Amino acid sequence: MIAIETIQETAERLMEKAAIEIPEDYLDGLRTMANTEDGDLSSFVLQAMLENYEAAKQDRRAMCGDTGCPRWYVKMGNEARIEGGPIALEAALRRATAKSTNEIPLRPNRVHPLWRTDHDNNVGIGAPEIEYGFEPDGEWIDLVTVHKGGLFGTDYRMLFPSDGVEGIKRFFLDSLVAFGKRGLACQPAIIGIGLGGSKDTCMVLGKRAACLRTVGSRNSDARIAAMEDEFKALGNSIGMGAMGFVGKSMVVDCNIEVGYCHTGGMQMSVHAFCLSSRRAVARIHGDGRVEYRTDPDWFTDYQRRESVEWTPPQSLSKSA
Amino acid sequence: MDTATKPQQIRLSTTPSRADLEALKIGDIVYLDGLIYTAREGVYKKVIEEGADLPLDLPAESAVNFHCSPAATVNPDGSFNMGAVTATASFRFSKWIGPWIERSGARIIIGKGGMTSKDYREHFVPNGAVYLTTVGYGTGALLGRGIKQVKAVHWNKELGLAQAMWVIEAANMGPFIVDGDLAGNSLFERENARIAANLDKVYEGTRPAVLRRFGETDDRTDEVIG
Repeated sequence: MIAIETIQETAERLMEKAAIEIPEDYLDGLRTMANTEDGDLSSFVLQAMLENYEAAKQDRRAMCGDTGCPRWYVKMGNEARIEGGPIALEAALRRATAKSTNEIPLRPNRVHPLWRTDHDNNVGIGAPEIEYGFEPDGEWIDLVTVHKGGLFGTDYRMLFPSDGVEGIKRFFLDSLVAFGKRGLACQPAIIGIGLGGSKDTCMVLGKRAACLRTVGSRNSDARIAAMEDEFKALGNSIGMGAMGFVGKSMVVDCNIEVGYCHTGGMQMSVHAFCLSSRRAVARIHGDGRVEYRTDPDWFTDYQRRESVEWTPPQSLSKSA
Repeated sequence: MDTATKPQQIRLSTTPSRADLEALKIGDIVYLDGLIYTAREGVYKKVIEEGADLPLDLPAESAVNFHCSPAATVNPDGSFNMGAVTATASFRFSKWIGPWIERSGARIIIGKGGMTSKDYREHFVPNGAVYLTTVGYGTGALLGRGIKQVKAVHWNKELGLAQAMWVIEAANMGPFIVDGDLAGNSLFERENARIAANLDKVYEGTRPAVLRRFGETDDRTDEVIG
């Protein structure tokens, strides 16, 4: 049984880590880009960002003033039991969000869409979002917080089989060029692409591809993995760098996730996870131990399963 | 990379003279000293549309309007806790920026992503104002370090912390980049034009979607900001 107090304390710690500490995989990716960027203004921007990450860690201050919209992904092993059940879990995550917003502090971004009511704590109707996933084995729960920012850089389009990869490339480029100008997408970003599903799940897949996979990870389908490499290179060939200045630092990495869709369609979404890619993860074990990490490891073989019945692969998935 | 193209760095008062602003070129890096206030749609509506009185003496106390909602809280004892600060995208404030500059006497607008050169020509140049963009985005922690103290917050009860008017004292606060100069040039638009030259080549081997959208354009020099 996992104590609810442990969940709330861990959630508060995650809120702070996400806001302040740039994940190592993103940092490594950005350093690589900074070393190869030859646009003078784009280079200046990347260097300033690298200094900014250091300043945030030294001062224990949020990386960016727009601290995004806190949300939670909860993944539970099949044998996990939570004190008070799912209602207590959600209450703990809402409390942690409100408390951390005040204490770090984060920007109280969340308002009512019509009345603009602001509780000054990032909590309200449907906020923070809490999404769930499950894994076959284990008494643990993984708490993942993502504070994705940005009003720009995300788009959806209904494509069709006849659009093919040429159509996918077109929409990918359109999204990057449109939102890359003036740096509205806060690039270089982790670009997540969702393909298939239905409109809502396509958006969810793309967002998760951007926010729940790390720089350097590759889809387990080798042909999709090859597309990820190709699209990353394509995005960086636009000639646009940080802030939309001349350069080649647009895509730190490109992650693609797919879901089965209607036979007539090929839904596509594009999401940009920004220069402050805020994500933090903790596994709370059944015995109360807490392990922090930055890789959500969300897309396991189980999450990508295709068959009716789940049969574990011969080599156990890395999260097992 | 030619070292001569390295951007020059300038320190500027938040009550700058005309000559100070005339010396700025697009692409210059600026650091600011003095009082800065935040104002965005909440404050603009209140002052311009509802006619509220300005809560401080502008532009005598500050000629710098930051399009910003800080990550900040007001403590129970009335003191402030300000963490990171980063700009929000300015193009959305186009409809208020002219009246605001006239009313407030602002000479420097700081935000994210610049405004259009049309806005610069119509509202900034005639009033002797320039536009600085934050860097990144965003260097919130670096900018947070440049805040010596929070002097006041106005209208936080009515507008919420994000839309409130924060008055902060800046000390070597930056970096910012000059996007709009006194001649009405836009750095972002210059860069867009340079990048556009390469786009046809990048798009080779792609094709437009079978299902079009109303109002869709293939003019890649176009922008999504209005």
